[in-house]
Amino acid sequence: MKKLFQEFFKGIIKENPTFVLVLGLCPTLAVSVSLSNGIGMGIAATFVIVGSNIIIALLKNAIPDKIRIPCYIVVIATFVTIAELTMKAYSPALNRALGIYVPLIVVNCIVLGRAEAYASKQSTVNSLFDGIGMGLGFTLALILISGIREFLGAGKLFGHTLIKSFEPIFVIGMPSGALLVIGLLLGFFNLLKERKT
Amino acid sequence: MKNKLIVSAPPHLHKKDESVSKIMWLVVVSLIPAGAVGVFIFGLSALWVIILGVISAVITEAALKLLTKNKLTVLDGSAVITGLLLAYNLPPGVPFWLPIVGSFFSIAIGKQVFGGLGQNIFNPALVGRVFLMASWPKYMTTFTAPLNYDAITQATPLALLKEGKFLEHISYWDLFLGKRGGCIGEVCILALLIGAVFLLFKGYISWHIPTSYILTVGIFTYVFGPRGLFSGDWLFHILSGGLILGAFFMATDYVTSPLTRKGHIIFGIGSGLLTAIIRLWGGYPEGVSYAILMMNAATPLIDRYTKNRIYGRK
Repeated sequence: MKKLFQEFFKGIIKENPTFVLVLGLCPTLAVSVSLSNGIGMGIAATFVIVGSNIIIALLKNAIPDKIRIPCYIVVIATFVTIAELTMKAYSPALNRALGIYVPLIVVNCIVLGRAEAYASKQSTVNSLFDGIGMGLGFTLALILISGIREFLGAGKLFGHTLIKSFEPIFVIGMPSGALLVIGLLLGFFNLLKERKT
Repeated sequence: MKNKLIVSAPPHLHKKDESVSKIMWLVVVSLIPAGAVGVFIFGLSALWVIILGVISAVITEAALKLLTKNKLTVLDGSAVITGLLLAYNLPPGVPFWLPIVGSFFSIAIGKQVFGGLGQNIFNPALVGRVFLMASWPKYMTTFTAPLNYDAITQATPLALLKEGKFLEHISYWDLFLGKRGGCIGEVCILALLIGAVFLLFKGYISWHIPTSYILTVGIFTYVFGPRGLFSGDWLFHILSGGLILGAFFMATDYVTSPLTRKGHIIFGIGSGLLTAIIRLWGGYPEGVSYAILMMNAATPLIDRYTKNRIYGRK
C-alpha cells in the first residue's frame, strides 16, 4: 500500500511532468491562457493518461516489441476520442476554447512517455496509480500556470475581474508570456530543489 | 603563467586607468544632454519618467543582488544606464508606474536572470521597452506634442507616415533639433550627437556599428521610396524615430554586440536592414528596438564567423 502511495505522489512533486520531467509543454503553453481552460485540459489529459496506462499495462505482454509505439498510439487515440466527444457533448464552450489541443492530447509526450517508460513494464495497479498521480501533477501545474497568466494577463480569475484598477500585462496572455511564466516557475522550482539538497 | 590567463565575459579592458564603472558613468554623462533637451521639450513629466526609471532600475538591481547574496554592483553604473535608456525610450506622458515596471523587467528578466552584467544576451533596456510595448501599447504610443505643456497628444512623424498622412509641416531642422512628438531621449538629434561624439572621441564606442547601421537605413529607405525606386526621403528616415539613439547608444552595447570590427559592420548592416524593413512594410511605425534585439540574438553567430585570424595560421 505504501508503495502505491509513492507511485501516486511522485507524479505531483518529485516527478512532476511539467516542472521536473518538462514533458507536454505544447498544450501547457497553448491553453494556459485562462484557469478554466487549464483545468479542462488537465482533466481531459488525466483521463487519457489513466485510461491508456491501464490498458497498456494489461496488454503489455500481447503487444509485439517492434510495433509497440503504433499500438500505444491506437490505445491513446481511443481515449482521446472518448474525451473529445464527451467534452463536445457536455461542455461545447470549453471544447471550442481548447480547440485543436484536445485531439492533440494523442501526441502529448506525457501520455506516450508514461506508456513507454512505466506502464509497459509495471503492473496494472501500479500503472493506475502512476497515471492518476501524473495526471494530477499535470493538472496542478496547469492550474498554477494558467492562474498566474489569467490574473496577470487579463486581470481575471475564472473570467471574473478581481481588482478594478489593475491594468493587465497583456504580454503574459500571449505565447511569449507563457514561455516567460513557465521559465520563471521552472527556475523557481529548481532553486527550491537545490536548497533542499 | 596560470594567473595571466583570465577568461571572463565582456566588456574587456586592457588600459590601466580604465574600468567598467568609469566607462559606464561616462556613458551616463554622454546621455545627459539628450535627456535635458527632452525635459525642456516635453516639460517636467519627462523628468519624472527619467527619475523613476533610473531609481527603480537601481533598486531592482540592488534588491536582486541582495536576494541572491551576490556582491552589490549597483555602483558600476550599468543599472543606471539601463534605467536611463529605458526612460529615454518612453513617451513623456506615461503613467508613473510604467517606467517602474519597465525598469524592473529590464533588470530582472533582461539582465539578472542571465547572471548580471556581461552575461545578458539582449540589451536590457530594449527588453524592457519591448515588454512595455507588447503589454500596454496604448500608453506606449500616446505621444505629447513638443514645446506645449498642456499635454496635447500628437503622433510621431513615423506614425503619421505609416498612416499615409502628409508631413509637410515638419522640416529637417525640426527633426534635427527635436521639435516633434516622440520618446523623451530620442527627439533631439543634436544633443544625441554631442554625446555620441564624446564617446567616439574617448574611444568607448567605435564608429563601425553606428555608421553601418545609419547608412544602411538611409540607403534602403532611399532605394525603396514611396514613388518607385530611388525616390525615398532618406534624411527623414535617418532623423526621425529612435535611430540615432539606438545606433550610438544601444546597438554599441559591449555585452550584446559582436567582438570584432567585421562583426560590428555585419551587426550594423543587419540592424539597418531590419529597421528599414519594419518601418517600410512592418506593422509598427518604428523598428529600431526590434531590429537591435534580433541582431543581439544573432551576435554569437556573427562572432563565430568573424573570428580574427590567429597570427601564423591560414
